[in-house]
Amino acid sequence: MQDFPAPSLALAPPPAAATPPGEKPALAAVALGLLALLAAAADADAARAQLSLGIALALLSGGALAWAWLAFGRAEAGWHPHDLWRRASTSRGAVAWASGLALTGFYVVLYWFPWLLTNLIRALDPFSQSLRHRVADQWFLYGTFYTLAVLVLGGRALWKYRFSRYHLARTASVMFFQLGFSFLLPGLLLALQQPEYYFTYFWPLKYDYLFPGTVAQLLHGGGLGVFMVFWGVVMAFVATPVLTYFLGKRWYCAWVCGCGGLAETAGDAYRQLSDKSRQAWRWEVRLIYPILGLIVLLTALLWLGASGAVPALGVVTGPLGQFYGFMIGSVFSGVVGVGFYPLLGSRVWCRFGCPMAAYLGLLQKHFSRFRISTNGGQCISCGNCSNACEMGIDVKQYAQCGAPIVRAACVGCGLCATACPRGVLNLENGPRAGRLAGSAFIHADSLRIL
Amino acid sequence: MHLVIIGNGITGVTAACTARRLNASARITLVSAESAHHYSRPALMYLYLGHLRYADVKPYEDWFWAENRLELVHAEATGVDTAARTVQLATGQVLAYDRLLLATGSVVRTADWPGQQLRGVQGFYGLPDLERMARATQGIGHAVVVGGGLIGVELAEMLHSRGIRVTWLVREQRYWQSVLPPEEAALLTAHIRRHGIDLRLATELREVLGDAQGRVRAVLTTTGQELPAGWVGLATGVTPNLALAQAAGLATDRGILVNELLEASVPGVYAAGDCAQHRQPAPGEVAVEQLWYTGRMQGETVAHTLCGQPTPYRRGQWFNSAKFFSLEYQTYGRVPAQAGADTASFCWQHPSGRHLLRLNFRLSDHAVTGVNALGLRQRQAVWERWLGEQTPIGTVVAQLAAANFDAEFSRQHEPAIRRAFARQFPAIPLAGRPRRRGLFGAWPG
Repeated sequence: MQDFPAPSLALAPPPAAATPPGEKPALAAVALGLLALLAAAADADAARAQLSLGIALALLSGGALAWAWLAFGRAEAGWHPHDLWRRASTSRGAVAWASGLALTGFYVVLYWFPWLLTNLIRALDPFSQSLRHRVADQWFLYGTFYTLAVLVLGGRALWKYRFSRYHLARTASVMFFQLGFSFLLPGLLLALQQPEYYFTYFWPLKYDYLFPGTVAQLLHGGGLGVFMVFWGVVMAFVATPVLTYFLGKRWYCAWVCGCGGLAETAGDAYRQLSDKSRQAWRWEVRLIYPILGLIVLLTALLWLGASGAVPALGVVTGPLGQFYGFMIGSVFSGVVGVGFYPLLGSRVWCRFGCPMAAYLGLLQKHFSRFRISTNGGQCISCGNCSNACEMGIDVKQYAQCGAPIVRAACVGCGLCATACPRGVLNLENGPRAGRLAGSAFIHADSLRIL
Repeated sequence: MHLVIIGNGITGVTAACTARRLNASARITLVSAESAHHYSRPALMYLYLGHLRYADVKPYEDWFWAENRLELVHAEATGVDTAARTVQLATGQVLAYDRLLLATGSVVRTADWPGQQLRGVQGFYGLPDLERMARATQGIGHAVVVGGGLIGVELAEMLHSRGIRVTWLVREQRYWQSVLPPEEAALLTAHIRRHGIDLRLATELREVLGDAQGRVRAVLTTTGQELPAGWVGLATGVTPNLALAQAAGLATDRGILVNELLEASVPGVYAAGDCAQHRQPAPGEVAVEQLWYTGRMQGETVAHTLCGQPTPYRRGQWFNSAKFFSLEYQTYGRVPAQAGADTASFCWQHPSGRHLLRLNFRLSDHAVTGVNALGLRQRQAVWERWLGEQTPIGTVVAQLAAANFDAEFSRQHEPAIRRAFARQFPAIPLAGRPRRRGLFGAWPG
């Protein structure tokens, strides 16, 4: 960009877009909700804290939904992200930095200073008691906030994408799986004195589900525990390859997974921030496959240790497990993955860190019927597809040379196809033969794009 | 060999990339006054809308050029000495070439309206125009767009996105009537008006009125109305940019005259894209093609000739696409605004006014000749085959789902279209089994 012509858009960006006056009451409600949340966190009196928390959640949810309606409901349904790169909140402006700091701060407190959240956790006790028959803890608080974010901002996504049945279906799907399988069902299991189990998280994302310790514990727990082990093994090694063969990685990443669910709902406003450069892609490959390798290695070593074949393996697996749990499980997936949504985009964890995404990606790239087709020679290289890609794929590189998009990273959210103003892209499952064949309308310039 | 290309639009860049693929050792230089790097001209509107940043509309990252040894010169070419085979640049530099490609694109065409030199009155073609428009439309309340083509609708949408009230003057009785049949024009007119654009048909600009500071304040129409305007966009078309060709003494008419190898009138000099005019266009084709797609195809074709593989330009089946606010438009084959005497035209519309499909076919042998689709995505490869094989319309209608390129779970309209066709043309049998799509379903061939 350094050689850009003198009077240019890059040097003199257009003025930031102001918040439309009509949207201000909704935003004020959200701000008041955040204040009420702080009040609840600071209040040692349980009854008052409960009241504050109730008011906070009502204001946050109501304000966000009202804002969504004002932002998307009044214009004709369709893809028109006007001023996306002119608003401070969605273009790494001051608002984005503030929200990034707040989110990151929340994760730091949650993981390492949970006592700061004591009042909020206690305020959730009655709810936790009624759902799980036990007192709340920091993870219940987190799960409640998380689920509420997916539901409320899922409502925003349903409203925003009401013109597209594909987006309605996958948004409803992630909302359903988050509420049912990642929140209510684990709570119910606890209430029934059963192991807390998440049926929609599998090894290697939920890596300890196939660790010998967890397996032994579950098997010990009777019929349901045995089923859980069976479910975990079948989902990780049978269902995942089969479903990915037919549908691509998206069946999990954009329809079921909780991390994906948060990205598709709360993170939807930030999808354009994912870096599309070749440099970013190189980091992606450097990080995600070693992380998959690390968790495979750790799991294998743990089983080797459990078999007793190699004595004193705990010297290795203990620190390795701690390192993985801290660096990948906490810092990467939480602090960076979600905390940096407003700065790096909504899929940082999924793109750079998630071993499940790496596993699914390998299957998708080498063993799947899924691809994004390019429609003949219709691409105008406008860049809307790449801009909409939350996984940082420079989609237009493929579209403009008539090539189908077969990339390990693609989670099949379908926004590239929606954003395309010429109807060039389409997510499809078809025979694997010729899956990589380009369009006959453009003779691909065979020059390197990555 | 040193290949010098003037112009870094889609034609020049496609030619450069193709030439590099065909010839690994040639020295290739791209000269452009407009921008340091190639950018997507059709994407300019998205910069104004705030959907994208400038870096996003560059089809290639900046490392691409050096890695592929494509030299970029950001300077204006002011002259060509075809005898000495040199290009003069405004910087004083002189570039020697073995072969020269002129891909200089277009310039804005305007009539001679009184007041069109006022500040705040402009055309819209390139980056500098976008920058002027961005500055001039800040804080204004009303704008007027003149001209009923594709640039006009882009300008209307851009202005509308910033809350500016738009009056759009279109000379013709119907919107884009030189290209669109009446049903399409009517549907789009309604769609555009639904977005709050004051689209005035059969209305022309008479004069632009200024204030004491030399800035536009209003326009006067041929119907005698004075409309307030803080900014006026002239979208009355573009015309080939001939400045350099004429300075070089090349034969020109409306464009730079070229033969089917895209050779200009002087040895070693070629022209392609918007600026070229074919001496002998194929029957039914135009001499000057000013489309992104044809620019790319001409660029690819001429690169073969430049690299010693003489290749005549053959466009193949016509296709084009556009977007009007939220409505996508695609066309394949020939769908003239008024069907010829030997052609039947079938037009289906969804009651919502958001989907339309027109199928043209020959009366003599029922071969399909073209399709217009609004709000329905069609698969180009399938249409290419149907048109190339002169597929009977009965087969096309029966198998229409094979050309469906809409997103998964979209409502499929093929059954309704088939029923409507059967009602209108009961004598034509709908051959073949209807093909359906689905998550695991048939793959359209």
